[in-house]
Amino acid sequence: MIAAVPMVDPVLDTDDWWWQPLAVVGLKVLVIFIIGLVGTMFMVWFERKIVAGMQNRVGPNKAGPFGLLQTLADGTKLFFKEDLIPDRADRMVFRIAPFLAFVPAFLVWAVIPLGGDFTGGRDGTVTWFGETTRVQLADPPVGVLLVLALSSIAVYGVMLAGWSSGSKYPLLGSVRASAQMISYEAALGLSLAAVLMTAGTLSTSGIVANQSSITNWHLLSTGVVPFVIFLIAMTAELNRPPFDLVEAEQELVGGFHTEYSSIRFALFFLAEFMNVISMSALLVTLFLGGPQPLYLGGVDVLAFLGPFGGTAWLLAKVFIFLYVYVWFRATLPRLRYDQLMNLGWKVLIPIALGWFLLLAVLQVGRDRNVGQTGYVVLVVASLAVLVLCYLLFQAALAVARRNRESEGAAY
Amino acid sequence: MTMIADEGAQELRPRSELTAREVMREVGAVLRLSEAEAAKLGDLPEDPDEDQTMVINMGPSHPSTHGVLRLMLELQGETVLRCKPIIGYLHTGMEKTGEQLTFMQGGTNVTRMDYASPLNNELVFSMATEKLLGIDGDIPERAQWMRMLLSELNRMSSHLLFMATNGMDLGAVSMMIYGWREREEVLRFFQKVTGLRMNHNFVRPGGLAADLPAGWRDDVLRILDMLPERLEEYDILMTGQPIWRERLQGVGVITPAEALALGATGPILRSTGVEWDLRRDQPYLRYDEVEFDVVVGTYGDAFDRYAIRLAEIRESMRIVRQILDRMPEGDYRIQDKKVTPPPRARIDESMEALIHHFKIFTEGFKVPEGEVYVAIESPRGEIGCYIASDGSPTPYRMHVRAPSFVNIQCLPHMMRGGLVADAVAVISSVDPVLGEVDR
Repeated sequence: MIAAVPMVDPVLDTDDWWWQPLAVVGLKVLVIFIIGLVGTMFMVWFERKIVAGMQNRVGPNKAGPFGLLQTLADGTKLFFKEDLIPDRADRMVFRIAPFLAFVPAFLVWAVIPLGGDFTGGRDGTVTWFGETTRVQLADPPVGVLLVLALSSIAVYGVMLAGWSSGSKYPLLGSVRASAQMISYEAALGLSLAAVLMTAGTLSTSGIVANQSSITNWHLLSTGVVPFVIFLIAMTAELNRPPFDLVEAEQELVGGFHTEYSSIRFALFFLAEFMNVISMSALLVTLFLGGPQPLYLGGVDVLAFLGPFGGTAWLLAKVFIFLYVYVWFRATLPRLRYDQLMNLGWKVLIPIALGWFLLLAVLQVGRDRNVGQTGYVVLVVASLAVLVLCYLLFQAALAVARRNRESEGAAY
Repeated sequence: MTMIADEGAQELRPRSELTAREVMREVGAVLRLSEAEAAKLGDLPEDPDEDQTMVINMGPSHPSTHGVLRLMLELQGETVLRCKPIIGYLHTGMEKTGEQLTFMQGGTNVTRMDYASPLNNELVFSMATEKLLGIDGDIPERAQWMRMLLSELNRMSSHLLFMATNGMDLGAVSMMIYGWREREEVLRFFQKVTGLRMNHNFVRPGGLAADLPAGWRDDVLRILDMLPERLEEYDILMTGQPIWRERLQGVGVITPAEALALGATGPILRSTGVEWDLRRDQPYLRYDEVEFDVVVGTYGDAFDRYAIRLAEIRESMRIVRQILDRMPEGDYRIQDKKVTPPPRARIDESMEALIHHFKIFTEGFKVPEGEVYVAIESPRGEIGCYIASDGSPTPYRMHVRAPSFVNIQCLPHMMRGGLVADAVAVISSVDPVLGEVDR
């Protein structure tokens, strides 16, 4: 157990009292768990309140001040409701599925730098109570891959939930879910690759440390495009409007969770909102410098918060995206299944791939020191490759369309 | 395929149990088309195996079947192969009830059919009764114009409700609230005029129940001033929105020939480019004296139907403005002792008036023998009222030609080959009111 601690947090000094590192890790687990739950609770409230504001409604305002405790009340209510399992359900899978969705949503928090001091080469470490540590539960060298793996596991939760319900609407929802999440994971991964290449590391704290000033933010240094693709793919990955086809209330009633009730439904609900926060935090980590302060006129305006400054910056940045998601929800109609697939496969993935190629070329140029003419040659060559790829792609689409027509698939 | 619920002939049955003709109808062929055309529609690329398809019940309780419409869809993946609308879940025997109610009471009954445009129902029933009584030429001018005002405002409120539900069905949930918000303004006016938000029973044989309240003109003007700005917002939120267009354009397409063969009316027929609006083509009330355009579409798809309704709100506003300018003074109901109850003041003075009042509300008035069919343009299409009278105070038979009921016939046709999401868009674009379908 103690031997495992350095793997989780390499900075931690294990020569101390044997219980100290354990206590630090244990405390962090507790804090992150609580923050995760409370954050989700307020996210639900935040969304309901903002959407209500956009729709000329009041929103929750009865439970607690400003209705802040509404989620708690709803959760309590759901907890005491009857937990129905349909007759035709695969009982075992039906019971496990909500946890498969819920646990990964939590675990993502483990690798996200939640604060810390990245100035003066401190590399995000803080010293609290004599222990030098990072403000993040774990900093494995494969941090970002872990997030991808977890979000893949979350797909199982949704898919199995729909499949095991033994009902038709959830089945349709789960088919949609698996197709949608898998295809958007590709675009997500490709835009992520651009960041990883620029940062040169998979570790989340390393990625944050690499974005020391606004010009170094991967948002700019990877040229905005991966950021936009990541944002769109992430919305799809989260099943948020306008990509909420998996739930699609108006079409599939509730999609994969139609048959769920009681606390199992609440778990799906919590998982969705927790994912919104954790993925927003990931987005901020990858592209917007995470807890790195934004220097306005050379001054870190939140410096007065001391060791919590980084956390405050992270929160502020995450809030922007939380708002954006709520905004999406209140504004956009839902895409249709085939349109979603078209967007994913025919637009996002090719662009992400092309952009990745371009960035790779520039990176190689930088690494090899090719000089100005070398750059020009590289860029021209890569653009030529891109144009070629684009033409091939269009040709492929045209052939596919022709085939579809000649096969007489009227549908 | 196991059947748990059984709706008899309305159920979607396995292909093996059906005749070719029935399959053709269920995949959406239009019966009155030529053999060749119908065969082409019935000609599926491959007859799918039973184990490759799934029959799914959409409704009767489903968030986007607008009440209690039930659709049985045969799906291959998400593609709709066959569709069968099943109705009757809201059947309350209103036409039969109509035979028990006097002509005076009939309004309370018919107003509950198309609950999204109650005043049009009352109007058509009253006009049919008046025609039977032979007093349809004697209705005072003010009553006619008031009826027109209410009818047009009701068209606006109904179409605003469509905007709300159409937005919601396609996932633009905020639109639901916006549509309702604007509709509420109109309903508030109705409440002021008639006392109720819906089911008014305000248009009655012989005229209306009461005159317009003081300050009605300002209320209407307030609605007319508020709406254009809000409709612009709809344009931003929906009409110009790329996802919105993607979702609606080319979805649920119907050609003019098919629409006519299926008996579709209203925005569905007009979306195919057929200019047919009873307000212009068979003018009733004073529609021949006001200026308005009949809005038609080109492609006959869900987007056209949406756009037509949006444009019709604007046209209705234009008509209402003209009504405001031209509203005459005078009586709001015919002064025919036979159908008009005596004024309240007379009841206190005159025994005869009291008896008359009592009789007219308990026994009703006798209507001469005969039968009559009157049709007007409701927001959903041609709503017609057929009444056969045997000379008693109640109709011998009352039938309402409900536009929603007929329009629902188009569903299998429009849904053919679409996705489940398209099916929702199509139901929404037909905008059926189930109270009217089932009656």
